[in-house]
Amino acid sequence: MQVPAPFEYARASTVDEAVALLERLGDTARLIAGGHSLLPMMKLRLASFDHLIDINDLHGELGYITVTPDEVRIGALARHRELLESDELAAVHPIFRDAERVIADPVVRNRGTLGGSLCQADPSEDLSAVCTALGASCVIRGSGGSRVVPMADFHRGPYETAVGEGEILTEVRVPVHARAGSAYAKVERRAGDWAVVSAGAFVRLAADGTIADARVGLAAVGPNTTGIPGIPAALRGRAPAEDVYAEAGAIAAEGCDPATDQRGSADYKRHLAAELTRRTLRVAVSRAGG
Amino acid sequence: MTTVDNDLKPVGYGRMLRKEDPRFVRGRGRYTDDVQLPGMLHLAILRSPFAHARIVHMDTTAAAALPRVKAVVTGADLAGLGLAWMPTLSGDVQAVLATDKVRFQGQEVAFVVAEDRYAARDALELIDVEYDVLDPVIDARRALDPAAPVIRDDLAGKTDNHCFDWETGDAAATAAVFERADVVVSQDLVYPRVHPAPMETCGAVADFDAVEGRLKLWSTTQAPHAHRTLYAMVAGIPEHKIQVISPDIGGGFGNKVPIYPGYVCAIVGSIVTGKPVKWMEDRSENLVSTGFARDYIMRGEIAATRDGKILAIRTHVLADHGAFNGTAAPVKYPAGFFGVFTGSYDIEAAYCSMTAVYTNKAPGGVAYACSFRITEAVYLVERIVDCLAYELDMDPALLRLRNLLKPDQFPYMSKTGWEYDSGNYEPTMRLALSLAGYDDLRREQAERRSRGEIMGIGIAFFTEAVGAGPRKNMDILGLGMADGCELRVHPTGKAVVRLSVQSQGQGHETTFAQIVAEEIGIPPADIDVVHGDTDQTPFGLGTYGSRSTPVSGAAAALVARKVRDKAKLIAASMLEVSVADLEWQKGSFSVKGDPGAAVTIQDIAMRAHGAGDLPDGLEGGLEAQICYNPSNLTYPHGAYICVVDIDPGTAVVKVRRFVAVDDCGTRINPMIIEGQVHGGLTDGVGMALMEMIAFDEDGNCLGASLMDYLLPTALEVPDWETGFTVTPSPHHPIGAKGVGESATVGSPPAIVNAVVDALRPYGVRHADMPLTPSRVWDAMRGHAQPPI
Repeated sequence: MQVPAPFEYARASTVDEAVALLERLGDTARLIAGGHSLLPMMKLRLASFDHLIDINDLHGELGYITVTPDEVRIGALARHRELLESDELAAVHPIFRDAERVIADPVVRNRGTLGGSLCQADPSEDLSAVCTALGASCVIRGSGGSRVVPMADFHRGPYETAVGEGEILTEVRVPVHARAGSAYAKVERRAGDWAVVSAGAFVRLAADGTIADARVGLAAVGPNTTGIPGIPAALRGRAPAEDVYAEAGAIAAEGCDPATDQRGSADYKRHLAAELTRRTLRVAVSRAGG
Repeated sequence: MTTVDNDLKPVGYGRMLRKEDPRFVRGRGRYTDDVQLPGMLHLAILRSPFAHARIVHMDTTAAAALPRVKAVVTGADLAGLGLAWMPTLSGDVQAVLATDKVRFQGQEVAFVVAEDRYAARDALELIDVEYDVLDPVIDARRALDPAAPVIRDDLAGKTDNHCFDWETGDAAATAAVFERADVVVSQDLVYPRVHPAPMETCGAVADFDAVEGRLKLWSTTQAPHAHRTLYAMVAGIPEHKIQVISPDIGGGFGNKVPIYPGYVCAIVGSIVTGKPVKWMEDRSENLVSTGFARDYIMRGEIAATRDGKILAIRTHVLADHGAFNGTAAPVKYPAGFFGVFTGSYDIEAAYCSMTAVYTNKAPGGVAYACSFRITEAVYLVERIVDCLAYELDMDPALLRLRNLLKPDQFPYMSKTGWEYDSGNYEPTMRLALSLAGYDDLRREQAERRSRGEIMGIGIAFFTEAVGAGPRKNMDILGLGMADGCELRVHPTGKAVVRLSVQSQGQGHETTFAQIVAEEIGIPPADIDVVHGDTDQTPFGLGTYGSRSTPVSGAAAALVARKVRDKAKLIAASMLEVSVADLEWQKGSFSVKGDPGAAVTIQDIAMRAHGAGDLPDGLEGGLEAQICYNPSNLTYPHGAYICVVDIDPGTAVVKVRRFVAVDDCGTRINPMIIEGQVHGGLTDGVGMALMEMIAFDEDGNCLGASLMDYLLPTALEVPDWETGFTVTPSPHHPIGAKGVGESATVGSPPAIVNAVVDALRPYGVRHADMPLTPSRVWDAMRGHAQPPI
């Protein structure tokens, strides 16, 4: 049995209390939510902290999924399973359900959280690609109040985020648009595995049926989940068509930076970046009514 | 899928639910890690971070000073006790704790015994080891380079990494056939290193009583009796003072055949501290240090006529045995039963040469349901036959039908000296083709191809050789591979049968009760099966290589017949007739011609223990014992057909259908057989598509967790379609053959053949396992590369 090194355990019952504990304990402490990344690292003794601050009691405060006509607000403690099962969320952003169906397994989805996924900042993490594709923004709270950071600025490197010392990610905000669609696709070696490559796409159509906005988020093809900036520029104003998707795919393949590893060769991953970009754009357009 | 009628309660063979399952499904199984003893301490092992390094210095002071730590033991300490090295099952030696060098990443270097698991693990981090890192030997192809570092400098006079050479068959005769053949096809194949990865990792609880000089050892072993004898030989504890208990086992697959250093450490830990000591591996330790499987680099060659008559098969194998030769196989078979690589075909000549080498990788060799290397052999022949079909542009089903051995050729002596006991191959093959709807599948494939879709159909026909073995030529470290069995019928007609084999999930408590029930007519529910405790069971070599039914199953049937013979004498006296006038109908003896005059086995049991005289010369009681020595292996066979679809854009392989027709002779419990087959087929999907223990160039194991070493789930497998034919074994008392590993042996080539068949439009003749999407994509682009 793998057992972690000794640590102290504290349990926060409000966001303010969690922030206060973080301020007091400094960088010897880590927040623990679902624990499906942190605990294995601690048990393998790849990571060791003097203190864990358990924030699972914040689920009442931060477990919400609120859909309004303009925006979706999701609390950082919303569990994968809640994201998977929310019909309201699936109605406006089906990409969440697409992704959650292929994230890990039911045991992980019962515990893991949106905030934990984004803050782990694993380059292969699916919800980060989803939020990148959707142009989400992250609400980060510290003792001095809250600030909002767009997804593009949230990840600072592998396993590094914009969340500073004494701060906690509390909410993810996703804009809602009319005539918009989204989709997610993942290639994995086995169900529940991390992505070989995955792609999320978001498309908003103009009244004339042309693409008003399109974004693609890719996972596992670089140091962080990657938004491909060239794609929105290339697709805006174009009529949806296979050659347009293929062009976006080529931009994705060109713009990503995969590495060869046990999951596949860099060449193959580049190919998948193109293939999955094409596929998700196609579905997203169809869901947008295009 | 076949449904099971819960109301079926056969007195003998037939479909019935497993007797052991209520305790498993209700969480009442009792595994090694469930053992809790008063004052028990916990042991943790420090392992080498390097694949090859000299130990310069070790300081355990800080670890020993940690609160709750009771002992810290190093290789030097063990050397003082003469226990630093132990024999392997293949006559090599293996370090219990490294004294001079570490030879693979994950090798045992020291251990800590502490009051709890946490303190033991904390203390490991305080052991200071200074290593002088050496160049490792990772690529088996370069192990014999003159410049390669010598791994086994512990062996006197060893100047290279050569492990052994082995050959079988007739080189000259085979060469002559190849010379005159119309067609010769050659193909390099890699069967990568894989791992058994049982759900339950390995572990032990050792309780040494210094006053009595008695050792009680609970351990995860598939062979409790063999282990007890080896402990007696290695540790010098008299065998009658050792009790090995193998409680419920959470999967073995061969992983739990060897004796691992951890077991020995637990024993030493108990001796040193005077307390019971528990050692349980964690998942990573299991994956990096315990018995792997396969790791054969093979060249297969096949010679045939232009019209598809196979003439000869030849192969050369480079076998990677890791740092110590820990292969578990009968002593005279260093390559296991790889000699059956001629498969199910009527050929004129065959030859195999093999070179085995040491590398800086974990030791082991045959684990993972490999049937003593038959997995590799069947993969070789079934892949190379498909390569021949490719070159001849011949349907692989027709090619096989053309060359299968005919019923009148049995018993068949293969060109490498294996006597196949019985077989009737063509009906098995035709049943599989019919269940699959083979002709329709080929039509569908043609249609899909015309639409740019990628679909493949793969066939494998295998012959297994299981049930080691005749003791005249099969032993493990001098222990003959025969099995004892005892049967005792209680006065009220209930019974207990004691087995030497040990279940790791195969359903022994049900199957063996059914075997006895069939012979003496006592319902299986009334027969208790005792196994897994050397104090409670007769000697035998254990469960692996699908040997339980072929060997212990025969023993159980024969011991029951001995009891029935005695019962008959008692029945004759009860009915006051001569033995010759009696007729046996399952469960009772009656007088011929007078069915009303009958006594049941239960009546006889009471009589055997009851008041009043028994016939002259007959002792009381109704029990018997036996030691069964099989006269030959049993040779089950099967025909497997796999259908895959490949996504042209992502190269992801989906196994759409899998038809498995098995012939394992007499079928005792069809539900258990189907379960064994389902499990083996799932294993096959894992090996064919995702499993591999890989190493980087420094010898770091890249499969050290189940996030890195992938096991298949229900989502990767289709709804299995099974069928069967029955060709009884002529020499087995009930005609049964083993089946435990058939599906693991037969399914990988069927799946690989299906993938390669699918890729035919891309000009692919071969691609190595594991066929991950990336590797399939490489193959589609003409860049298929071996995985090592």
